Amino acid sequence: MNRQSQSAVLFLLGAALLHAGATDLYLRYVKAGLQPLLLAAGVVLIVTALATWWYERRRTKRHHHQAVPQVQAQADDQAPAPAAHSHPEPRVAWLLVLPLLALILVAPPALGSYSATRTGTALQEPLAYPSLPATDPLPLGVVDYAGRAVYDHGRTLAGREVRLTGFVALGHDGTPYLVRMALNCCAADAQPVKIGLSGRIPPVLQPDAWLTVTGVYTPRVARDPVNDGPIPFLQVTQAKPAPTPGDPYDESWNN
Amino acid sequence: MAIAKAAPDDAKAAPDEEGTHPARQDADGDRKAPHTGPDEQDRQDRPGRPGRQVLGAPQAPQGGQAPQGGQGAAGEVASSDRPARLSSPLVLTMLLLLMVLLQSPVRRALSAPVMQSWMTVFVAVVVQALPFLVLGVLLSAAIAVYVPPSFFARALPSRPALAVPVAGLAGAVLPGCECASVPVAGALVRRGVTPAAALAFLLSAPAINPIVLTATAVAFPRDPEMVLARFAASLLAACAMGWLWQRLGRTDWLRLPAHAPHEGETKGAAFWDSVRHDVMHAGGFLVVGAMAAATLKAVAPASWLRTAADNPAVAVLTLAVLAVILSICSEADAFVAASLTQFSLTARLAFLVVGPMIDLKLFAMQAGTFGRGFALRFAPATFALAIASALLTGWVLL
Repeated sequence: MNRQSQSAVLFLLGAALLHAGATDLYLRYVKAGLQPLLLAAGVVLIVTALATWWYERRRTKRHHHQAVPQVQAQADDQAPAPAAHSHPEPRVAWLLVLPLLALILVAPPALGSYSATRTGTALQEPLAYPSLPATDPLPLGVVDYAGRAVYDHGRTLAGREVRLTGFVALGHDGTPYLVRMALNCCAADAQPVKIGLSGRIPPVLQPDAWLTVTGVYTPRVARDPVNDGPIPFLQVTQAKPAPTPGDPYDESWNN
Repeated sequence: MAIAKAAPDDAKAAPDEEGTHPARQDADGDRKAPHTGPDEQDRQDRPGRPGRQVLGAPQAPQGGQAPQGGQGAAGEVASSDRPARLSSPLVLTMLLLLMVLLQSPVRRALSAPVMQSWMTVFVAVVVQALPFLVLGVLLSAAIAVYVPPSFFARALPSRPALAVPVAGLAGAVLPGCECASVPVAGALVRRGVTPAAALAFLLSAPAINPIVLTATAVAFPRDPEMVLARFAASLLAACAMGWLWQRLGRTDWLRLPAHAPHEGETKGAAFWDSVRHDVMHAGGFLVVGAMAAATLKAVAPASWLRTAADNPAVAVLTLAVLAVILSICSEADAFVAASLTQFSLTARLAFLVVGPMIDLKLFAMQAGTFGRGFALRFAPATFALAIASALLTGWVLL
C-alpha cells in the first residue's frame, strides 16, 4: 500500500470514527464516555491523512524537479532511487479496510439475544438501595430491578408498579427473558442481566424485539442454566413494543 | 428494524464526508500534469508494464463517485513515483467500489446471529482501541522526534538492573490501555532506552496506571485488597520480565523496523510520517487481534467455564487463558473479572495480571512492532511469569 492509499484509508477511518462518534452509532459498540476520545481520534486520523498526503505531494514534486532536467539520462536509473527512499510498507495495513467497511457499510447492531442466551447473567449485589421516587408506574433499569429483587428481596419494590425496557430473549426451555446487556467499556465485555417474565406475556415474542414492560415484583427466582446466576421474575401486567433506545446498553456500572 | 434503516444512511454519510478531500487531490493531479507527462512516456517505453497505466488513467476523469475520483488522482501521482506492480490506490478503489455495489448481498450474508455478534464484537474492539492506539502513537512519535536520546540516558539509572524497576514504576503515568503502550515502548527502544527497561514499561503501564486501578477498586467494592494485589503482582511480573530479558535476551531477537527520519526532512514531516506508519502498522495488527478475539467470543461456549471453576489449579489456568483469548481492554477487565463469581479471587487476580500483559491483540501488535521472533519468545515467558506472580501475590495478600 503506497502512501497515497494509506492517506486515503486514514482519512476514511477518521471520517468513519467522526461519523460514529457524532451520531448514536458509537453507542452500539462502546460506552458513552468514550465519545470525546473517539472524536479526537477521528480528527487526529484525518490530520494525519492530510499531512501524509501533503508531505508526499511535496516529496514527489521535489523528486520531479530534480528529475525533469535529465529525463533522458534517467530512464534506467530512476527506479532504484525511489525504491531506496520508501521502505516497504506493511502489508498488514490492508486489514484496516475491514473495520472501515464493517463500520460504514454494515454497521452491525448492538449485541442481542444471541449473546444474551450464550452468556450467564452478570447480576451483582448492589452497594446500596437508594430510595425510589414516587412516580407511578415507576421507570426502572433492568439491572436496578434485578438487583433489588434478588439481593433486597424486593423490599423497596413492595406494592410498586414498575416499568422496564429491554429486549426479548428466549431461554432453551422457552422461558421469556427481558434482557439488558450491561457494558463497562466496549461490547466485547458486555454481559447480560436477565429478568424472567411471567403473568400476562404477549402470545408471540420475537427474540431481539424491544419491549416496555409494566409489572409488579414477584419473589420467584430462577437459576441461569449457563452460570447458575440468579434470575428474578416480574409479574407482567402490560407489555408493549418499544423503539430501540439510543444507548442499547446499561451503563449504570460505569457511574 | 432500526438497523436496516440506519445502515444505508451510514453508507451514504461517509463518502459524502469524504467528498472535500478528493476534490483537492484532483486539483493537485491537474497541476501536476506537466510534471507527470514526461515520466509517463518513460514508463510506456519500458517493457513489461503496458497495461497498468492504461487501466489507472481513465479512473480520474470519470470521477462520478467521490472515492473513485480521489483514488484515480492518487493513482497517477503514485504510479509516476515508483514502478508499482499492482498499484495500491487502484486496488483500494476497486475494493471500495465493489463493496459499495455489493453491500446488500454482503449484508444479507452477514445477517445470521453468529455473524452479527462476531461483527459487533470485532467493530467494538477496534473502535474502543483506536483512540488509545492513536494516543500511544502520538506519544511515541513525539518521543521519537522531539525528545533527544540523552534525556532518557539522564532520566533512567545507568545500571539496567536498576533501570528496570524505575521504568516499570514509570508505567503508572501512562493513562490508557495496552494498545497505547506497544508503540510507546517501541519508540523508547529506538531512542536508546535499554530494551529490558522498555519492556518492563510495556508490561506495567497498562496494568498499574491510576485509571485501571480505580476501575479495579470500583469493580471489587468488597475486596479492596484486589487493587493492591493487582498493582503488586503486575509490577512484580513486569520487573521479572525485564530482568529476565536482561539476563537471557538477545538483541537480534528484536527486529525494530528502521525508522530513522529521512535526511533533509523537517521535524514535522518526521513526526507525521511516524504517526502514519504506526497507525497503519499497529492498526493492522490490532485488526488481526480483534478478529481472533471476536471469533473466540462468538464461538466458544461459556458453559465450559463452570466445569473449570471447580478445580483451583485448573481455575487459575483457565482464567489466564481466557484473559489471553478475550483481549479485553485493561480498563474494563476488572468488571469482567468481578462477574466471574464462580472463580476464586486468586484465579481472578491471574486474569487481571495476565490480560494487560499478553493477549491475542497484544501478541499481534508486539509481533508487528518488535518482530515475530521476539513475540514468539516473549509471549509464553510473560504468560508464565504473570501467572507465577499472580499466584505468589494471591497467596500472600488474598
